Amino acid sequence: MTKKVFWGALAVAGVAAGFASADTLDDVKARGELICGTSTGLAGFSAPDANGRYEGFDVAYCRALAAAIFGDPDAVEFKPLTTTNRFSALSAGEIDILSRNTTWTLTRDVDLKTTFVGVNYYDGQGFMVPKELGVSSARELDGATVCIQKGTTTELNLSDFFRKNNISYEPVPIETNAEAQQQYLAGACDVYTTDASGLAATRASFENPGDHIILPEIVSKEPLGPLVRHGDDHWADIARWTLNALITAEELGVTSANIEELSASTENPEIARLLGTEGNLGEMLGLSADWAKNAIMAEGNYGEIFEKNIGESTPIGLARGLNAQWTEGGLMYSPPFR
Amino acid sequence: MATVSEPPQGGFQLSQLIYDTRYRSMTIQIVTLIAVLSLIFWLGANVASNLAALGKPIDFGFLGEPANYDINQMLIKYTSQDTHARAAFVGLLNTLLVAFLGCILATVVGVVVGVLRLSSNWLIARVMTIYVETFRNVPVLLWIVLAMAILIEALPQPRDFRGDDPAASMFLDSVALTNRGIYMPEPLFSRSLGEFSFFGIFDISNDLLVLLAVLAAGIFAAKQIGKRADRIQNATGERPKTWYMSLGVIAVPLIVVLVLLGFHLGYPELKGFNFQGGIYMRNSFIALWLALSLYTAAFIAEIVRGGIMAISKGQSEAAAALGLRPSRTMRLVILPQALRVIIPPLISQYLNLTKNSSLAIGVGYMDLTGTLMGTSLNLSGRELECVMLTMLIYLAISLCISGVFNIYNQRVKLKER
Repeated sequence: MTKKVFWGALAVAGVAAGFASADTLDDVKARGELICGTSTGLAGFSAPDANGRYEGFDVAYCRALAAAIFGDPDAVEFKPLTTTNRFSALSAGEIDILSRNTTWTLTRDVDLKTTFVGVNYYDGQGFMVPKELGVSSARELDGATVCIQKGTTTELNLSDFFRKNNISYEPVPIETNAEAQQQYLAGACDVYTTDASGLAATRASFENPGDHIILPEIVSKEPLGPLVRHGDDHWADIARWTLNALITAEELGVTSANIEELSASTENPEIARLLGTEGNLGEMLGLSADWAKNAIMAEGNYGEIFEKNIGESTPIGLARGLNAQWTEGGLMYSPPFR
Repeated sequence: MATVSEPPQGGFQLSQLIYDTRYRSMTIQIVTLIAVLSLIFWLGANVASNLAALGKPIDFGFLGEPANYDINQMLIKYTSQDTHARAAFVGLLNTLLVAFLGCILATVVGVVVGVLRLSSNWLIARVMTIYVETFRNVPVLLWIVLAMAILIEALPQPRDFRGDDPAASMFLDSVALTNRGIYMPEPLFSRSLGEFSFFGIFDISNDLLVLLAVLAAGIFAAKQIGKRADRIQNATGERPKTWYMSLGVIAVPLIVVLVLLGFHLGYPELKGFNFQGGIYMRNSFIALWLALSLYTAAFIAEIVRGGIMAISKGQSEAAAALGLRPSRTMRLVILPQALRVIIPPLISQYLNLTKNSSLAIGVGYMDLTGTLMGTSLNLSGRELECVMLTMLIYLAISLCISGVFNIYNQRVKLKER
């Protein structure tokens, strides 16, 4: 009898394990924490700080999402992923969301069965070279040895760029940013190419950042953003509107400093809807009424996250540029909260 | 009370399947087989349905699409416009190259170390023991990464070779050791015979084919000369000197062909960012090759030592009593017997080396795991297909290696008549 129960239990367990649950939000809630895929370490975007706590631009978004769901920005586990294993990890369900400076392309959105929930950084591919090489344009790189992260859009753009300009190069495929840094600094490659933001972040971590220049050519469009698995629209909505909430908060002047005051006494109906004191937007998403408030309180609004992690006051020193609000001449534009 | 129990009469009963020892084992086997097969079927069906639910049914069509990425080391022509299948083939050839050269170097080093470990010289024997124990007790991936780090950090950059008073200079003005790899002179033919296209899949240099043909013919002729010498020796007891004739039939035609083809060396030259021309061995290849070879050689050394020690001392004493010199004793008496012990474990070391070459991913060597299971997988998102295909290819390579060596093993094993 006990044996029968045992086999029965095993069979049920097996069947249950075999079917991926369709509702990611339920899974996340049942688990009690969000699992977020990040990079293996890119200063300013996702890297552990001195206390081992993950910090950065991509990390802040995951904390905001965790806060939107649980009201707790620390209810999140980070999984460092390389460029080559990130999509497999997402489609296998090892992570709930990938927030890892990943470029939005048609193939990835359609053929790789992922859903990009928006753009949190408009980027483009650049080249970094040591100053002493005396190179001033990427077109002078004929015959150069180029370090490149495997399985990235930059790998494809690189091939296109050199083919278009009819010059040759020697690719050195590498797995992580740290590896690239080691090879580049040792002179095993002349050039390191990746998203311009990544180059700035990498250069900032060098001993002598001034010895290296980023060439003026930006050879591609790299809209970076978080992505989720294809097929769960509800989860994608939550992820998309959490990002939109951060962007809208900046547009409306809601910051982590004044959010308590505003949620108690705002006259602006859009802010009231965003912070959940008016309307039922949170309920529609299947979250609490103050979901967006929690998300913004986690690490601040989009502008605060930008300035704190990669902005001009940080060693990485990126200007807002394309990533300014649309009202300031940038491309950051969130659909309305209503 | 001593009654003999009668065997049960009557027809076959269903309960006999469990209680009758004649049928029980059969029943258990059939039930187990059904259970295992249904588990496999259930897993397979689950994978298929889950992939279909995800919108990614199993499909190998991506292999025919353009790969769009570049590969640095290619033994055949490849551009980023070629298909994923061709990129995988380029990777496969890189795997085979490092596995082949690795097996050769590992065997040479392994045999030398194995024999030296038996040396009566205390120092040499101990040094070899230290070599074996260090290499085989540290994971091979660490050796590969270490070798790469040493190559990158210790050797000069190409730009160090520049200027009037360069920090580094080429060895004999022909070999450049840089932290990007080694540049060596390449053989060139000023009156080349062109290339032979093998069904449009890859090209082979006709010069190489001609040279190989001449070399094979020379070796065949040398063998005939040796056979003739054997016949004379059997008839007269005197062995004529043949070494100059053998050398002649091998070397002279080869030199004549080389001169006819206009053989000369092309030297690497520093142009722009890198050395151009010559043969370029990338540091990723060198690191992988050396680390794999030295690691596997430590195991082969132990196999060789065990093989030699397995031959009883009486054999060499008997050979000495017959008047054989030590070198002939080794070649004619000890080694043929030791090989029987050595070959089977040696095969598995070759298989290990070939499979370990997939650790190329640690240093960015574009082998099969770097192309098909690396970038192609990532760009196409076809995880299951790529992994299955890669497994199948490694399986095929391993079966080929063990097949070839099993034939060799059949030839050297004890002949029972």
